Amino acid sequence: MNKPLTKNIDPKRGPLNLKDYEKAGGYQGMEKALKEMQPGDVTKVVKDSGLRGRGGAGFPTGVKWGFVPMGDNAPHPKYLICNADEMEPGTYKDRLLMEQDPHLLVESMIVSGYAMQADIGYIFLRAEYAEAEKALRKAIAEVYGKKYLGGNILGTNWSFELYIHTSAGRYICGEETALLNALEGKRAIPRAKPPFPPVVGLFGKPTIVNNVETLCSVPHIVNNGAIWYKDLSKTDDAGTKIYGVSGKVKKPGLWELPMGTTMREIIEEHAGGMQDDVKFRGVIPGGASTDFLVEEHYDLPMDYNEVQKAGSRLGTGTMIILDDQTCPVGMVHSLEKFFARESCGFCTPCRDGLPWVEKILRALEEGEGREDDIATLEMHGKFLGPGNTFCAFAPGAVEPLQSAIKYFRDDFQRHINQKRCPWR
Amino acid sequence: MSIDSETMLSNEEQKEIQHEFEHYETKQAACIEALMIVQKHRGWISDDVVKDIAAFLEMSPDEVDSVASFYNLIFRHPVGRNVIFLCDSVSCWVMGSTAIGEHIKQKLGIDYGQTTEDKRFTLLPIACLGTCDHAPAMMINRDTHRNLTPEKVDTVLEKYK
Ligand SMILES: Cc1cc2nc3c(=O)[nH]c(=O)nc-3n(C[C@H](O)[C@H](O)[C@H](O)COP(=O)(O)O)c2cc1C
Ligand code: SF4
Ligand code: FES
Repeated sequence: MNKPLTKNIDPKRGPLNLKDYEKAGGYQGMEKALKEMQPGDVTKVVKDSGLRGRGGAGFPTGVKWGFVPMGDNAPHPKYLICNADEMEPGTYKDRLLMEQDPHLLVESMIVSGYAMQADIGYIFLRAEYAEAEKALRKAIAEVYGKKYLGGNILGTNWSFELYIHTSAGRYICGEETALLNALEGKRAIPRAKPPFPPVVGLFGKPTIVNNVETLCSVPHIVNNGAIWYKDLSKTDDAGTKIYGVSGKVKKPGLWELPMGTTMREIIEEHAGGMQDDVKFRGVIPGGASTDFLVEEHYDLPMDYNEVQKAGSRLGTGTMIILDDQTCPVGMVHSLEKFFARESCGFCTPCRDGLPWVEKILRALEEGEGREDDIATLEMHGKFLGPGNTFCAFAPGAVEPLQSAIKYFRDDFQRHINQKRCPWR
Repeated sequence: MSIDSETMLSNEEQKEIQHEFEHYETKQAACIEALMIVQKHRGWISDDVVKDIAAFLEMSPDEVDSVASFYNLIFRHPVGRNVIFLCDSVSCWVMGSTAIGEHIKQKLGIDYGQTTEDKRFTLLPIACLGTCDHAPAMMINRDTHRNLTPEKVDTVLEKYK
């Protein structure tokens, strides 16, 4: 089995119901964890597997779980939250998992909840994913019917409730501490860290937040072991990854592939290469808040370490392609318009800086660029960089901006010199 | 908890909101659900509704409004019977969402943030809908429509009355 996350997925057939999911080997990870393993054993195998968070930051999952207070004196209720907000532009991988195999996520919540001895689980779902919500609600009802959720699951003394929270919009809700405030019914403003959520989280209680794709790997790791999981990868970063390509390629889509598959293979073989009338110029490798990469990176293995060495981030692993018929300044303008609109407004450099950036980019596009605009944009790159704002939103917002100036500086300059967008 | 006759929320709205209380440690945590539930029944959130929800959740109206005004799927102004959310994020932009937006604006005679005179449509931009491999995309109410062309937009809009 080399595609554990997507092995049950067949969009033509639709998601498996509980019976068929179990027939396909489902809920065995749960059986094994609850009947044969201590909670600490589950955390250990996840740690040993090298699984890293698929929500964008790549933090080692087992290490995060290790911060949760365990034992009789641990505060309760403890919470496990699945981050299913997926609002990073260019990202659409969690949608596939939830719409097409909801039971995998439900099983993952049970196994992961058991590892931290959580009492309550929430799936924090963006409202736009109505189909995913329908599929998940059906799966959860089936599972409650079979008593895999609720009191004393499989005859153990562990009980776990699972709820869906449907969000009401705003990208910042995906930031894990803003998400906690949203779940508490407040404005989604990030919280100061430390304390970190595994110790002080939802309603002040120990809380783990993990991405959909991260969690979905867990039952398979429990079933097949850490070494099996590591061996799925082509590089030192373990497992498989759901990669995606959007933009002007022949076959945009999503594919579960070994971690470390090269950009060339993903674009040429799986996405079918560029459309006939356009050429590749660059790519944002992992959602809107990652730095551009260009042709010299075409053979890069797409894992956390290698993409970071190349000056960007694997992020969510869903690439957005820039082609030669598309204006890089316009593309960055679209990105910064998004970031300016979605800033939560809590801290000044981000709230005021991003609209400024957006205005300059719009002016460049409309032929009203000024000679010092590039320098001003670069200055904002520094002001909004790591350490200057309250959360990671602003540093993410300027990653594509800074790298676009680095790789496509001539194009920015041409907008200023010609007083128009050369692509229009 | 019994139905509160002081508030102007309907019995049905109160019941639905109370059901959400069970999922959280505090009832204030159900504020977003409460807003979405009332919006489902009434289309949008008026100042009076903010006050009613506040009373029901034992919060101040300002607290409720701070939440209502934050989330982009909660409407503090009246909207049309159908809300068109056109994705203007990066993958859709690359695939031509600007032209789709112009087509819709021209066809309906409205700009972003406006509602047609017959109250049939409101047009709003929205962040990535998570279907970028089928860009450009839009959502009408809660239905997602993909691989848009001007012709396809025309056919799709016909379905919403
Ligand atoms: C602005 C912002 C938005 C984010 N949006 C998401 C999101 O939609 N989904 C997600 O899983 N993680 C998102 N993250 C990352 C989360 O904060 C968090 O790191 C992640 O959910 C942890 O799960 P993981 O370790 O399994 O990746 C976002 C982070 C930031 C700063
Ligand atoms: S960096 Fe931006 S999103 Fe993050 S807290 Fe500050 S204003 Fe809010
Ligand atoms: S960018 Fe439009 S759906 Fe993702």
